[in-house]
Amino acid sequence: MIADLTRTERLWAMIILGVLTLLGLAMAAAGRADLLGIHGWMVLAAGVIGFTAVAQRYNAPEPSAERLNEYYDAPTKLGIILTLLWGVVGMGAGFWVAALLAWPDFTIDAAWASFGRLRPVHTSGVIFGFGGNALIATSLHVLQRTTRARLPDQISPWFVLLGYNLFCLLAASGYLMGLTQSKEYAEPEWYADIWLVVVWVVYFAIYMRTLARRKEPHIYVANWYYMAFILVVAILHIVNNLAVPISLGSAKSYSLFSGVQDAMTQWWYGHNAVAFFLTAGFLGMMYYYLPKRANRPIFSYRLSIISFWGITFMYMWAGSHHLHYTALPHWVQTLGMAFSVVLLVPSWASAGNALLTLNGAWHKVRDDAVLRFMALAAIFYGITTFEGSFMAIRAVNSLSHYTDWTIGHVHAGALGWVAMITFGSLYSLVPSMWKRPNLYSQKLVEVHFWLALSGTVIYVFAMWNSGVIQGLMWRTYTESGGLAYSFIDSLVAMHPYYIVRAFGGLLFLLGALVALFNIIMTIRMPAPVADEVAFDLPAQPALQAGE
Amino acid sequence: MFGLHYNLERSAVGLVAFIVIVASIGGFIEIAPLFTIDETVEEAPDMRVYTPLEVAGRNIYIREGCYACHSQMIRTLQDEVERYGPYSLAVESQYDHPQLWGSKRTGPDLARLGDKYSDAWHTMHLNNPRDVVPESKMPAYRWLLRDQLKTDDLGAHLAALRTVGVPYSDEQIANAEIDAFGQANPDSPASGGVAERYGAETNIRMFDGVQGRLSDMDALVAYLQVLGTLTDAAQETALAGVQ
Repeated sequence: MIADLTRTERLWAMIILGVLTLLGLAMAAAGRADLLGIHGWMVLAAGVIGFTAVAQRYNAPEPSAERLNEYYDAPTKLGIILTLLWGVVGMGAGFWVAALLAWPDFTIDAAWASFGRLRPVHTSGVIFGFGGNALIATSLHVLQRTTRARLPDQISPWFVLLGYNLFCLLAASGYLMGLTQSKEYAEPEWYADIWLVVVWVVYFAIYMRTLARRKEPHIYVANWYYMAFILVVAILHIVNNLAVPISLGSAKSYSLFSGVQDAMTQWWYGHNAVAFFLTAGFLGMMYYYLPKRANRPIFSYRLSIISFWGITFMYMWAGSHHLHYTALPHWVQTLGMAFSVVLLVPSWASAGNALLTLNGAWHKVRDDAVLRFMALAAIFYGITTFEGSFMAIRAVNSLSHYTDWTIGHVHAGALGWVAMITFGSLYSLVPSMWKRPNLYSQKLVEVHFWLALSGTVIYVFAMWNSGVIQGLMWRTYTESGGLAYSFIDSLVAMHPYYIVRAFGGLLFLLGALVALFNIIMTIRMPAPVADEVAFDLPAQPALQAGE
Repeated sequence: MFGLHYNLERSAVGLVAFIVIVASIGGFIEIAPLFTIDETVEEAPDMRVYTPLEVAGRNIYIREGCYACHSQMIRTLQDEVERYGPYSLAVESQYDHPQLWGSKRTGPDLARLGDKYSDAWHTMHLNNPRDVVPESKMPAYRWLLRDQLKTDDLGAHLAALRTVGVPYSDEQIANAEIDAFGQANPDSPASGGVAERYGAETNIRMFDGVQGRLSDMDALVAYLQVLGTLTDAAQETALAGVQ
């Protein structure tokens, strides 16, 4: 990757990494009496390692100008590998915390190994590590192909990918040390949040600069979704994380908002992280890779327009359905419920659009496990969004809220939709990225598919059952008018389901390991004939270097 | 309509502007009024702030991720009110930066946990939950008794909380560290100022059962023992409803 940079670019990379090193040093010095200092040393180490790597190759020969006539895919390649690694870490932590809920004493007597600290490692590991890397890797690929333009420069994509992973690392290691602001899915502390904003601004700039150089008059559907993902996640992240640190030498901060306003802001963020991180971004993925793999155009362009603006507008109202029957004013709850129900229209517009695209290509779905991953993802997307709208109805929510039903719903989306569309897209992307004729083993994709599907179904059914039972036990009355069950009765009733859930999660994790193995073996396959993917080039002449 | 879109999808800047505007409407309409409409948060003249020890305990609660399994929000449903107590009011989390309402009950709701069990029960329960509740799924937090509480920056904590809107006085900020020690060591001279600065109802006692030192356990138990007791507003609302 460093060999692809010119001398000037190498110098710039060294300057950026030098600044990062100094930032780390400042953090380590200011936070020497605090856990912030440990993160300072980590940032410093990242800076030094990067700086040394570039400096060592500084005098290597300049890359040929030829490279500018090709798409810039090196960041996507590393992004794919990081996606899989974070997937294994995040899902592994998920399996482990699921097991801890079944057997709480099966642990070691150390703070970092306790459920409360490992659980955000699981959630952030899969959402931000696995999902975020998948989004960055695929978006850079899709962006270039749909605009027929190369990325605008060589350094900023690396800055985004590596900087983002530094954020993920700070987040995960912070949780183990007890650094969290306890806002679900926004747990990292203030300095990590600020760093993410810097990374995100550069990410957005890459998008805009590439679009400005596009050779296609129209901006393709997938890019609207990716852009909405980048923009809205920025808005959500900044507003929800407004906080005052107790000092610049401390990792601890206090949220600017409190009580009811904080709850509303948090779930406006939380639900729209689902909407724009876990839905819009992955819909972008689906709108490119599914038609591509099926080799058919999208069923309806208009339907995708309706779906896009519907999701962009309506989702932002829906967060308050997390706060039914709470101290949040009633009118806000009602608005959240109403918009959540109407949201079914744009959601099903996209799910239907995807499935109708496959009309006439169902034999491919039968034969090709990669396409089957994507088709199944679309089906799970449809199921999960229906369930979500249903659960947002106040009366249903009174039963489902606070129970495992929510966990089941989330995982139907996370495993069935997000992970499946990701695996499908990566499988179809990997051979073309490494210019291999095919994957190492089609059979292993088949194995992965069935592991993933059975794991998801077992997981989700276990949680549906336990959630509904839990909710019903809490509200059951005896004939004499008293509550029939104590809380602990309901917990005991959950035990078998927690074991089944851990088993389902284990199957899914095994599938991810199979994927990692298959993709590594694909990369290690012998290099093929050169002109295999010769058509996959940007419009000529390529604009670059001093344009 | 699709003709307009034809032009929109040819302009990157136009698309960006549209996305930002369309996406901002919902959040703006739902969130902004919460800060201005008076009815959002009830008046409760008796509402008190957390003591420095309770602030430290709350931070331990956050650090250990307790919010992932315990809610602090009793909904307005009959079975919840019967199981946990009067439903939660907005004013009760007025000084909670951030709120800890939670989203999941793997364990029970804690909004009215204060004064429900003894300090000794809490200490045993946190040290190993299955010693007091054999069926519990909660992790054992053994390090809470082992680890000494960090108090030297509590003044800075209170000052930051004042910046975001909690009404701490200069005196409370200046005495934060000594008050934290005093609250858990009733026989020490440091305990004298605590009730004076935080009110006569403040719990001043050895929370973890060990005299003369401050553990993480002291702080967490002190925090758990005031949940739902910072104001009587919820009880009064419930009584008014009955009458």
